Amino acid sequence: MEWEVVIGLETHTQLKTNTKIFSGASVKYGAEPNTQACEVSLALPGVLPVLNRQAVECAIKFGLAINAHIAPRSVFARKNYFYPDLPKGYQISQFELPVVGKGAVTIQVPAVGKNAAYEKVVNITRAHLEEDAGKSVHGAVEGMSGIDLNRAGTPLLEIVTEPDMRSAAEAVAYAKKLHELVQWIDICDGNMQEGSFRCDVNVSVRPKGSEKLGTRREIKNLNSFKFMTQAIEYETRWQIETLEDGGTIHQATVLFNPDTGETRAMRSKEEANDYRYFPDPDLLPLVISEADKARVLVNMPELPEAMKARFEVQYGLSTYDANALTTSRDLANYFVETTNFGVDAKQAANWVMGSVAAKLNAEDKAIVDSPISAQQLAQLLKRISDNTISNNAAKQVFEAMWNSEGEVDAIIAAKGLKQESDSGAIEVIIDEVLAANAAMVEEFKAGKEKAFNALVGQAMKASKGKANPTQVNDILKKKLSA
Amino acid sequence: MINSSLKQFGELLQTKKISSVELTQTFLNRITQHNPSINAYIALDEAKTLAQARVADTRIAAGNAAPLTGIPIAQKDIFCAMGWKTTCGSKMLANFVAPYDAHVITQFDNAGAVNLGKTNMDEFAMGSSNETSYFGGVKNPWSFDRVPGGSSGGSAAAVAARLCAAATGTDTGGSIRQPASLCGFTGLKPTYGVVSRFGMIAFASSLDQAGPMAKSAEDCALMMNVMAGFDERDSTSLNREKEDYTRNLNLPLQGLKIGLPKEFFAEGLDAGVGKIIEAAIAEYKKLGATIIDISLPNTSLSIPVYYVLAPAEASSNLSRYDGVRYGHRAAEYTDLMDMYNKSRAEGFGAEVKRRILIGTYVLSAGYYDAYYLKAQQIRRLIAQDFVEAFKKCDVIMGPAAPSTAFKAGEKVDDPVAMYLQDIYTISTNLAGLPGMSVPAGFSDGLPVGLQIIGNYFDEARMLNVAHQYQQVTDWHTAMPELALSKEVK
Repeated sequence: MEWEVVIGLETHTQLKTNTKIFSGASVKYGAEPNTQACEVSLALPGVLPVLNRQAVECAIKFGLAINAHIAPRSVFARKNYFYPDLPKGYQISQFELPVVGKGAVTIQVPAVGKNAAYEKVVNITRAHLEEDAGKSVHGAVEGMSGIDLNRAGTPLLEIVTEPDMRSAAEAVAYAKKLHELVQWIDICDGNMQEGSFRCDVNVSVRPKGSEKLGTRREIKNLNSFKFMTQAIEYETRWQIETLEDGGTIHQATVLFNPDTGETRAMRSKEEANDYRYFPDPDLLPLVISEADKARVLVNMPELPEAMKARFEVQYGLSTYDANALTTSRDLANYFVETTNFGVDAKQAANWVMGSVAAKLNAEDKAIVDSPISAQQLAQLLKRISDNTISNNAAKQVFEAMWNSEGEVDAIIAAKGLKQESDSGAIEVIIDEVLAANAAMVEEFKAGKEKAFNALVGQAMKASKGKANPTQVNDILKKKLSA
Repeated sequence: MINSSLKQFGELLQTKKISSVELTQTFLNRITQHNPSINAYIALDEAKTLAQARVADTRIAAGNAAPLTGIPIAQKDIFCAMGWKTTCGSKMLANFVAPYDAHVITQFDNAGAVNLGKTNMDEFAMGSSNETSYFGGVKNPWSFDRVPGGSSGGSAAAVAARLCAAATGTDTGGSIRQPASLCGFTGLKPTYGVVSRFGMIAFASSLDQAGPMAKSAEDCALMMNVMAGFDERDSTSLNREKEDYTRNLNLPLQGLKIGLPKEFFAEGLDAGVGKIIEAAIAEYKKLGATIIDISLPNTSLSIPVYYVLAPAEASSNLSRYDGVRYGHRAAEYTDLMDMYNKSRAEGFGAEVKRRILIGTYVLSAGYYDAYYLKAQQIRRLIAQDFVEAFKKCDVIMGPAAPSTAFKAGEKVDDPVAMYLQDIYTISTNLAGLPGMSVPAGFSDGLPVGLQIIGNYFDEARMLNVAHQYQQVTDWHTAMPELALSKEVK
């Protein structure tokens, strides 16, 4: 039987606010345990929550970015359960009436094997505001469990998709797109190691062609795209094998173990809590007016889709190039800055997506950490277009610049990479090459086109790579046809 | 002297006839003498209290005293007060020392009032007799074998026995008005949102409201001037212009329309109490008021609705008492679940547990719609009853409690009978309306309170209505014999 995997994601994005969602305590990461736990974070008797409007603005921004319905009135509810890191015994979240309703995100699924790349729309069910819990700390005190409430009350936007994804590649493409988007609109720092962006993935399988959804298992707290791929692939295989062996899937929450590459059930849903949701009487319904939305809209950056379309028109880029350059706001900025120094957009695009991207990838760096600034790259590209250096030489200069060996012109001079564009000098070299390779000249004359390239190669070699290749071509052609 | 009004205390202090230290010491002496038998106070701290009195004297000397500067006020033990043990009447918080001040406490501090001590109360404000307190019951100063009412029973007994100049209380279903009725003084529950709940330990958040408990309407007005006002730390606090609650006290009542809901005079009302309320109404007629018969048809539903909604909120509000960060933790336990179970089993009393169970049940999957949601719908109907009623009248009057103070132990084993104590008060909490109880006489030697219910934000009008009555009656100045006989000079 052929199987189909069905995937939906719930993503917790930590919002970029100065203070907690319901108190004035700081949300800075990495402070000494419990030094950022105020009376509200500690849930002392008598304390009350006060909503942080900055968190609401983040939610509105996200809603606008995915073209979603933003609720004019949404309600905070209490999710009741006991856990040591949950100081109030309930989490303030949104249940029946979330702040952001239905929306959509367009993802680019990269080519895998013989499958070509494609675009797909993932529907967003909802996004709601809620507070994070604290952390249990084991081992800090011998034989005891400790509680760190610094994180308790940190604002989160939980973004929930429809079960629209059909492969690990699609799920990861969505997660990456969302990860980029929340950083693009500046509502989340995207730091996955620090837990600013965490994904829960719901996975089920069904016979291909079936309309009915299979029973899902939820993989909790994936904090890297690599683990997400591994976890989904393992979970999918496990579910298919279980069903093919005549077993049944039980709804469950599972954890992914990066060491073994396996998923394992944490608790089954039957024994799960009855959360007893009800509207929080300490908070008024959240009201968002058209004016509130308009205020946020004014501060919205140009969104990736709009920027992509603009790049195609303004710079004459292909859809593919425009897409690639708008995968992150920093990358797009870098590209735009490069072209602002007066270099050809297509050439800039090729270098940004080519050499620059490859280097960043290899060194696992972000574009903002690139040792070569947009201005330096522009300078390099200018030296190509004014024929000072060849493309090949430019690659060497780029390498040197990346290693911080200096500015473009200094490197060209130091390495002697300035190309020979004096046609008299090139003619002398070519004459020598023709004389020394009479056999090749004969082959060419006999119709072997390849021999021409070999002669160009010889000429370049003789010039130690410095001859302007276009001129070499032209002069060689002229001499051979004479 | 101890029977003086707040205004009189203020005059004595500001004309330097007495110092705040002397006045405070007088009350502390009375407390030393009478509290062991009455048990109105849970926590006393003479050093702290007198230090505040000395600060007040300096302020008075400097000539920038406010009306309540130097006056000793008792605080219900539901308000967090920095450095004070704040127990909420529970074993769970028996050793909890608050590290911050409730808004109400800050307001009294700013006014220069002196915190005389923390008063006894039903555990987490759940009760109508003060018998659920972990720190023992409170005697009704008018008759020691009777309860003072609840949940603000300690504040009530302290005001009635003149163990303070005035006190604070909180009212979730009648916890200011019912004890005011049973102990014979004036108590006001303001419109929901008028007094900040910040630092006030939550029982049922959508119903809880703090208010003054004092001898007269005038005293309550002066207390309201301190307690009321917007506080951004409470999201349900209302951002309204500051008002002077004494401004209308002296207006005549000519033309006042008083609504009498027939449901408040039906079966269940003690005959003696009924007679006194009728006499009070007659007095109002003499003052120029007209009487209008009205109906609040959903009154009988207020108790069942309340006992779904209040426990639902309480079950969640009390989840934070888990033994993890503060409060009672069992001495021995095997694992986390055992620690939770034992700590909560040991830390909470029977009534609190009963309400947590009810609340957990009505919020459970499968029952939520039938109980919680339905109760919310009826709550709106109850509020609508009042909207209709206030189209016909200016204030509504009736009894504050169905009977006079009952004997200690009489209703402890019958929760439903106990819950019926709040039959006339609960609907105003559900509607968010202000209500007061004003002393109106005695039935068999026990005080009876007249309830005055006003429209939203009509506190100043209600205080005027009560004050005018207190100009022609003297029920509010009556003191229990016991307190008089043992006065310390």
